[in-house]
This record gives sequence, C-alpha cells and structure tokens, in this order.
Amino acid sequence: MMKNILQLKNVRKSFDGFLAIDDVSFAVAEGELSAIIGPNGAGKSTLFNLITGYYEIDRGEITYAGINIKGRGTEAIVREGVGRSFQVSSIFQEETVLDNVRLARLAKENKTRNFRSPLEKFEETTESAYRILESLGLGNQAERYAYELAHGDQKLLDIGIALALEPRLLLLDEPTAGMSPEERIQTTHLIEKLWKEYDLTLIFIEHDMDLVFEIAQWIRVLHQGSLLAEGKPDEIRENADVIGAYLGEDHLWEGY
Amino acid sequence: MDLSFIFVQIISGLTVATFLFLVASGLTLIFGVVDVFNFAHGSFYMLGAYLGYQIISYWHVNFWAALFLASIWVGILGMAMEFFFLRRIYGRAEEGGFQILLTYSFILIIDDVVKMIWGTEYKTIERPAGFSGSIKIGSAILPSYYLVIIIIGLLLVVLSWLILNHTRPGKIARASAIDREMLGILGVNVPLTMTTVFGIATALGGMSGILAAPLRSVTPGAGIEVIIDSLIVVVLGGMGNFWGAWVGALIIGEVNSFAVAYVPKWASLFNYLS
Amino acid sequence: MSLKRLNNRIFLAGIVVLLFLLPFMKVSEYVVILMNEIIVWGLFALAFNLLFGVSGMLSFGQALFYGFGAYVTGLMVIHFGAFWFIPSILIGMTAVIAISILLGLITIRLSGVYFTMLTLAFAQLGWEIVFKWYSFTGGDDGIQGIYPPDFLGTPKAYYYFSLILVLLSVWIIRKFVNSPYGLTLRCLRQNPIRVSFLGRKVKNYQLGVYVVSAIFSSLAGSLMAGINGSIHPGMLNWTTSGEVILMSVLGGIGQFFGPFLGGGVIVLIEDIIGAYTEYWSFIIGIIMLLIVLLFPKGVLGEFSKLRRRLKI
Repeated sequence: MMKNILQLKNVRKSFDGFLAIDDVSFAVAEGELSAIIGPNGAGKSTLFNLITGYYEIDRGEITYAGINIKGRGTEAIVREGVGRSFQVSSIFQEETVLDNVRLARLAKENKTRNFRSPLEKFEETTESAYRILESLGLGNQAERYAYELAHGDQKLLDIGIALALEPRLLLLDEPTAGMSPEERIQTTHLIEKLWKEYDLTLIFIEHDMDLVFEIAQWIRVLHQGSLLAEGKPDEIRENADVIGAYLGEDHLWEGY
Repeated sequence: MDLSFIFVQIISGLTVATFLFLVASGLTLIFGVVDVFNFAHGSFYMLGAYLGYQIISYWHVNFWAALFLASIWVGILGMAMEFFFLRRIYGRAEEGGFQILLTYSFILIIDDVVKMIWGTEYKTIERPAGFSGSIKIGSAILPSYYLVIIIIGLLLVVLSWLILNHTRPGKIARASAIDREMLGILGVNVPLTMTTVFGIATALGGMSGILAAPLRSVTPGAGIEVIIDSLIVVVLGGMGNFWGAWVGALIIGEVNSFAVAYVPKWASLFNYLS
Repeated sequence: MSLKRLNNRIFLAGIVVLLFLLPFMKVSEYVVILMNEIIVWGLFALAFNLLFGVSGMLSFGQALFYGFGAYVTGLMVIHFGAFWFIPSILIGMTAVIAISILLGLITIRLSGVYFTMLTLAFAQLGWEIVFKWYSFTGGDDGIQGIYPPDFLGTPKAYYYFSLILVLLSVWIIRKFVNSPYGLTLRCLRQNPIRVSFLGRKVKNYQLGVYVVSAIFSSLAGSLMAGINGSIHPGMLNWTTSGEVILMSVLGGIGQFFGPFLGGGVIVLIEDIIGAYTEYWSFIIGIIMLLIVLLFPKGVLGEFSKLRRRLKI
C-alpha cells in the first residue's frame, strides 16, 4: 500500500447558491498517474482550484502531504510542491519562451527577489530551464516570444512552467484542449513520459476517453459536482453508473 | 449650538449631496454598465453650467428651459464622446489604463475649450424666478432655492428607482452591471445601450452643473474638483452601485456642510478622511 | 541579435557623450537649463514607467512623491541654508520610503481603476495640505530662493550635478529592470495569477516597485527644485501626475528609454508653444488623445515595430 499524498474529505464548494462541488472525497496515492473525467461544468477545474487554494472550500478538508491546506493561500501551497497548468494556457505572452520557464526556475530557487544581478548571471538556472524545454520538445524555440508559439506549444509551455517548480503533485487541466488529433496523442505520451522522468504524482483532466484509458492508472468520474465513480480504467469502462450516466446516453461527452 | 443652526446645516448638506449624487450616480452607472471609468465626468458637470449660462444670458429663456436644454446638449456631447472615441478602444489589451488616459485627455481638452469660449472670469446664473428669497421654518431661515434642489434630487431618486426596477431599459442596466454577458443573451443592442447610458449619465452630470451654478460661481477647473468629490462618493458607496452612490453623496454632503461651518479652511480634507 | 545590441550600446554611449559635451557647444545658458529640465523630467517619467510600463500599475499620484522631494529640499534649504541642499536630497529619498510603504500598503490592496483612483486621492490630499498650510509651505505662493551651494551655483555646474545623478539612477533602474525582480514585475503585469501560482506573493513585488518608483520620483523633485530655485504646490497636483504619464506613454510604455524621449518632446513643446498660447493643456490633451487612439505603443514602440517589420 502506497502512501497517500493528497486526501479530500467531504469537500464542498458553492458559488452564489450553485453547488459546484458536492461532498467529494478521495485519496491520491503518491506516484500515481490518474485522470479526472466528466462533462463540462462537472466541477473538474473547480476541484483543481480548491486543491491549489485558489478558492477556499466551504466545508470539508483537503490534506496535502499531511498538511491541512485550509487558509494557506495559493503561494504557500505551490511552494509545498503543488504545480498546475491551466485550461487556457496561462503563460507570459510578451516574454521569451526561455524567460517563461526561467522565471519559474528563479521562483523555485527563491531568487526572484534579487534586484541587482542580470538574468545572464544565473547560468545554472538558465541551463535547468533549457533542460525542461528540451524535455518538452521546445528547446529550439527558446528565443521566441511566447505569443509567437503555436497553440499546442503554448499548452506545452504552460506545463513547462509548472514543471520548472519541481512539483511533487502536478495537476494538468485539459493539457490537450484545442489540439489536433495527432497532437493529442503525442501530448498524451509526453505526459506519460514526464510523469516517469520527473517522478511525479500526476492528475490530469481530459475529455478524450481513448487517451485517458490509454495512460491513466486510475480514473475518477465527476458528475454534477459529485464523485460518480473511481477505479482502474477497466472497472470504469464497465461501471454501470458511468455507462448509465454518459456512455449509454447521448454523447454528453464532447470529444467522444 | 442651537437647533436651527444645525437644521440649516443639514439642509445645506442635502443640497450638496444632491449635486454630488447627480454626478456620482452617472459615474457609477457608466462604470457599472459600460465598464468605463469616466474620468471626464466632472467636465460634463462644468459644461452643463456653462451651457446653462450661455442659454440664459444670450437667449433670455427662463431657468427651467435652460436646465432642460443644457442637460440634453450635455447628454449629446457625452454620447458623441462615447461614440467617436471611447468605442474605439473597447477590448484593447490593457484597456483599463488607456480608458483612464483617454478620458483624462478629455478633461484637459474640455477645460481649455471652455476657457477659449467663455474666458476665465467667474460666471453666475441667477436663481430661478420665484426662488431667490428665503423661507422661514421655525426659527431657521433657509434659501428657498435649497429646497427646490432637494426636491428635484428626491424626484430624480424616485424616478431612477422606477426606471431601474420597472422598465426594460432599467432592468437591462441592472442586469449588465451584474453580468455583462447577459446583455447579449437578452437580445440587447449592446453598442446602442452603452451610448445611451453614456448620454443619460452625462446629462445627469450636466443637470447638476446648472443646478449648482446659482450657488457656486462657475469657473474652468470646476470639473476637476467635482470629479474628485464624486470619486470619493462612488468609492464610498461601492463602484457601480447606484444606491451606494446616493448614500455616499449624503454622507459626503453632510460632512462637508458641517466641516465648512466649523473649520472652513480644512473642510475639503474631511472628504478624504471618510 | 548581439550586433543589434552592440549598435544600441554605441548609440546610447553617443547620447551620453553628447549630454556631457552640451555645455561646451556654443549654447546659451537657457538651453543648458532646458536640457537640465528634460533629463530630470525624464528621470521622473522613467520612475513612473517602472510602475505602469513595467508592472502595469497606473498610478495617478506620483506627483505626491515628486512634490515631497521638492518640498523637503526647498524647506531645508530655506530654513537651514544652502549647505543642506545635497543632504536634503538623500533625506527626501529616505523619508519617502516610509511614506510610500505606508501608502502602498493601502493602495496596493486594490487593483485596476481602484488603484489608480486611490493613488490620485492620496496625492490630492497631499496637494491640499501643502496648498493650505500657508505658514509652513507658503501655500499657493510656494517657496522661492532655493539656492544650491556655491559650487553648484552656475547652470552648467548644476547641469553636471544632475546629469551625474540622473545617469546613476538610470544605471540602477536598468539593472533593476533586467534582474530577476524586474522579470517578475514584467510577468505579473501580463499574468498576475500565474505569478501567484509560482509561489510568489504578487502584492509584495508590487509594493517593492511602488517604493522604488517613489524614491526616484523624490530625487527628481529635489533636483527640479534646484533648477528653478523655486517650488509651488502645483508640483503635487494631479496635472503633474498627468504630465508624467503623458511623457511615459508618448515615448512608449515598455520601452526603457521611452520616458526620456517623451520628457524631451513635452518639455520642448511646452517651451516653444508655451510662448504662443496659453492653452497648454488643450495641446497636451490632444497629444494624449492621439497617442491612445492611434499610437498606443508610443513613439519608440512604433519605431521598434517598424524596425522589426523592415528587419533592420
């Protein structure tokens, strides 16, 4: 039995009376590669926002690495080792690709408060930023401005910024959204590769069921704010609730 | 301190509050509906006063006709500003900063245009016929014009309440202050709504200027003083909150009135404190 | 890439040499004074640009810190003598740290328009105090006869004094902008949420740059007091904040040397056109309007866009 790195207990969150997350509990084992699936509005991104402390939970408890994250603030939680990417690429558009990742490295190394030394002085930081870009296949675009990148590469850069923080737990919010079918397959394999290479606990949100079943060891299904089912891919595929809720009905999944 | 003195101060505070409310409600309306901070709103107040002066002294119409005409003209100028200039920068990156700069440039331009046309001397408008005297309530003596302003102010508050709560345009304005996307869903012509709101709001500001002109002499630069006071009112009441502007105006008006009575030199500082 | 950089360096070095040689060219004292005003306004605009151009914080109250520096210098020289001119510059820069931290803690809690308006309100409060506290500040009359010590007594000497301080400031600010701190500031302008997801508290960095900007604004104010030998409450007024914003935007926000170009253009226009017309703010307003509508990147920004398009 592996240790749990993340634990949610009866988590609840509502916005103006709309119940976005309703009594969700689950535990994530250290080193796991898992997926969260569910239709739009099921509360998947909200869950990420709660885990990273960007939203405060109304009720329940979230524990990360033995720490109750309540009231800790996003910055503190990120420094404890939770990284995330965003559904809409959240990058620094007017900086170079290198500087995007370099800033994240500087943040990790606690050097962003340095107000005297030019960036070129931080050779090791720059090298480590290059290594991350290489592992994402962005090495040859390091000098370009982020806004010049193709959509798919912007999504990768977003992941790169998160990776640069050396997270223990990495949350990827629809890493393949808006990509072409081939790009999606490539990116999915890339995610698997990064998971192994960086020794991560990784949770990703994905619409494309085929891709999810291909790499995820564990799948959680969110439906209208509740956890409908969780289990191994095979179990989920055969789960009556899941089939009843989606797979059997009209194509409630987009992209399926 | 005797009661009648306090009563007079309260009433004069209410008149100040009315002027402020007319300007601040427009400011907050524009902010709520159009999502623009109209830095130049005070300049429309000043324009109202000058246009009122112009209409009365050159065409010899009575005060009320001038009040009506000048408010409408100011509203048209406001719509022109939105239509020809502000509209062109909606949706631009870092829009917020550029909006402030654009409306700021209008303060400078309007200020100097007023100087070019009317010069820098003080201009005054007579109080409307029949309201130049005072009336006695108990032992307190009040200029009757104060009461006129307060009544007009109250009428406008009631009217705004009716419009906001019981008419379709009012509902649109309220809905869009909460959620702008709702506008499109409701099938509203969004650009037209924005221009109209701008027109109404600036007309209110202009009306405030003419109403205030018989009490405070009109000078160029008045727009700047007014915008800072209204700004405090609006921030006090919550940006985009129509009723908040009313409460804010009442507080600032009364504080101002009593401060002027007790510590005239430092009166304007009290606004910042609240 | 590096060739372009070299070109830029040579160009900058050339400008610095020209600035140093200016008093030796056959120019009148008047031109030296004018040039002195340009570099000091340029410094003020550069300090403002740290906030707006680099960090995306539009303050409409930088005149407060500028005026503060000017009044510290003015009052100390008037009351204690010319010897205190240079110490007063440092005292102003130090005192303004405390003031800007205090104000920053309040203003930086807000963002966007609210931040702008709160900075404006505080600056107007400062102006009001200076304007009304006649017995201490001279009120509307301001203070005249602020003379620097004898060795800075000529326009030329004073020009060199301020040129050295301005260049030193430019050097420091440039290092600041190119440091990790500067990168963090640029990034939080573009995407503050992501910066907090890097584990960095956005507000701390905003407070930092607010204080740095205030320090150099105060220096510019002190230097300006020495150029004119007089100060007046208008230096704290919001029109001063507006003017420095215009300089920065005219030169090009996001362009390091844009503020100097903008400062130069505005001071020159003011000097030339000011002689013919009293409608100075009308002209400023029109310039501002045109820039916002047509050239939002400013002169240097449009220039570098052109250069990129022509690939030179």
